[in-house]
Amino acid sequence: MDSYNIMFIILAVMIVLSSFATVLTKSVLRAAAYLFFALLGVAGMYFLLGYTFLGSVQVMVYCGGIVVLYVFAILLTRGAKDKLSENTRSKIFASALLSLAGFGAFVYAIFKANLLTEMLSTPEALAEPSEGAVISINEIGQHMLSTDVNGYLLPFEAVSVLLLACIVAALVIARKR
Amino acid sequence: MGEGLGGAIDSMFNLQTWTSAIHAWLLGLVPEWAAILLECVVVALLIITLYAVFAIALIYMERKVCAFFQCRLGPNRVGKWGLLQVFSDVFKMLQKEIINMRKSDMFLHDLAPFLVVTASMLTFACLPWNKGGHIIDFNVGLFFMIAVSSIGVVGILLAGLGSNSKYPMIGSMRAGAQLISYEISIGITMLTIVALSGTMQISEIVQQQADNGWNIIRGHVPAVIAFLIYLIAGNAECNRGPFDLPEGESELTAGYHTEYSGMHFGYFYLAEYLNLFIAAGIASTIFLGGWAPLHIAGLDGFNGVMDAIPGAVWFIGKTFFVIFLLMWERWTFPRLRIDHILSLEWKYLMPLSLINLLLMALVVVFGLGINV
Repeated sequence: MDSYNIMFIILAVMIVLSSFATVLTKSVLRAAAYLFFALLGVAGMYFLLGYTFLGSVQVMVYCGGIVVLYVFAILLTRGAKDKLSENTRSKIFASALLSLAGFGAFVYAIFKANLLTEMLSTPEALAEPSEGAVISINEIGQHMLSTDVNGYLLPFEAVSVLLLACIVAALVIARKR
Repeated sequence: MGEGLGGAIDSMFNLQTWTSAIHAWLLGLVPEWAAILLECVVVALLIITLYAVFAIALIYMERKVCAFFQCRLGPNRVGKWGLLQVFSDVFKMLQKEIINMRKSDMFLHDLAPFLVVTASMLTFACLPWNKGGHIIDFNVGLFFMIAVSSIGVVGILLAGLGSNSKYPMIGSMRAGAQLISYEISIGITMLTIVALSGTMQISEIVQQQADNGWNIIRGHVPAVIAFLIYLIAGNAECNRGPFDLPEGESELTAGYHTEYSGMHFGYFYLAEYLNLFIAAGIASTIFLGGWAPLHIAGLDGFNGVMDAIPGAVWFIGKTFFVIFLLMWERWTFPRLRIDHILSLEWKYLMPLSLINLLLMALVVVFGLGINV
């Protein structure tokens, strides 16, 4: 029981509890607030593993971007009441089935992949993120924009086309007629 | 200045010497994880104390500078030169009752000020106080800084929506639109400096400036343009100056914190002033050399004297200089309309900073920077 394990438990409890609260709460705005804490907990996990870049991206894109987007959408669309719609019997049944299927697939993936279980059984290797384990931002930038085997230039550019399409669509919707 | 004395001063002012000595001493008493935990708690308490002290100093400075620009005297009755005015205000705020409205979302309403103040404290912890005196120092330093400062927007939006009232809602919408827009300029401006120094680690950026001269001189034209853009966008990012629309008191009473009272309002107030300090601190870190002393090439005696001043004094001094520039801007220009604010960012500042980034890339590629 060292400080890494203690931090892991704190973060895990935070993620699980706020994820449950996100789906169980009645108010849309509160769901967005709980989701914020779940995403923050995941960012904390990345920092614990020494992936500072991924952790920062998680905080910036999800906590500071997506949640703000949700709150803006709630603000612009909500009417007299911001309650979620009533749960009918068929709706509860369908969502229970879907979440069970998702949970099953998740558990199957965890037990199927031998590599992951091996890594989990040796926490000493993960415990102290050494200098070499931390991927520098220069390396990430090189991989992001290179065209060789480990390069991600094509997906990177494809994403920019997607963003361009989003901007054009937003302009078409918002333009004055 | 002899070599031996210079070395002694260097190691005395390098906080790392002291922190590693304390760490070694603690390791003799308790196991390693407990020592690290203890150090984290002590450093966190230190940050919170500094946070409060700087807030009080800044509020006093704001009142005096504002009075100076409006040809008034400012606070001068409580204590000598009105020095105790801010302390009495703080005690007044601590005594006030925290009022809860019946129709507001109590949980979100109470959560929002803590989010705002946490975001600003996390950013505050990234500042380089001295050589070896960095508290959070990742290899993605500047990026981490922008990322955690964006949490504050969530707090402001939740404050506006959780209050269940018209003025806070309009104020928080304005604040959200404004902060998200101006974050782009700030990010591109920082990227300009990252292009110049080739690293995002804050300690490295400052170390380079200590070795080769301040970035504003090394980068000359693009760095000065970036500094000016940063001063404009920094004021907007703190909801201050000509950009204080989210809390424009003539139309929105107090914007997103209209419904807050007592210390909950105090947190917003605290975060606003500390965001000013942080904006100025980042500017002094990336443009004016952080804790690096002022060196003029060729004047060895002068440089030696400058080296004898501790780095923390340099950093805080430069930061207060930039704060004065930001306050000057705030009390000189009239308030803008919301559509003017957004068009200023999207039509002028952002294209300008993108072109400036290109210019900086050219300067770096062709080696046109000035290295002292």
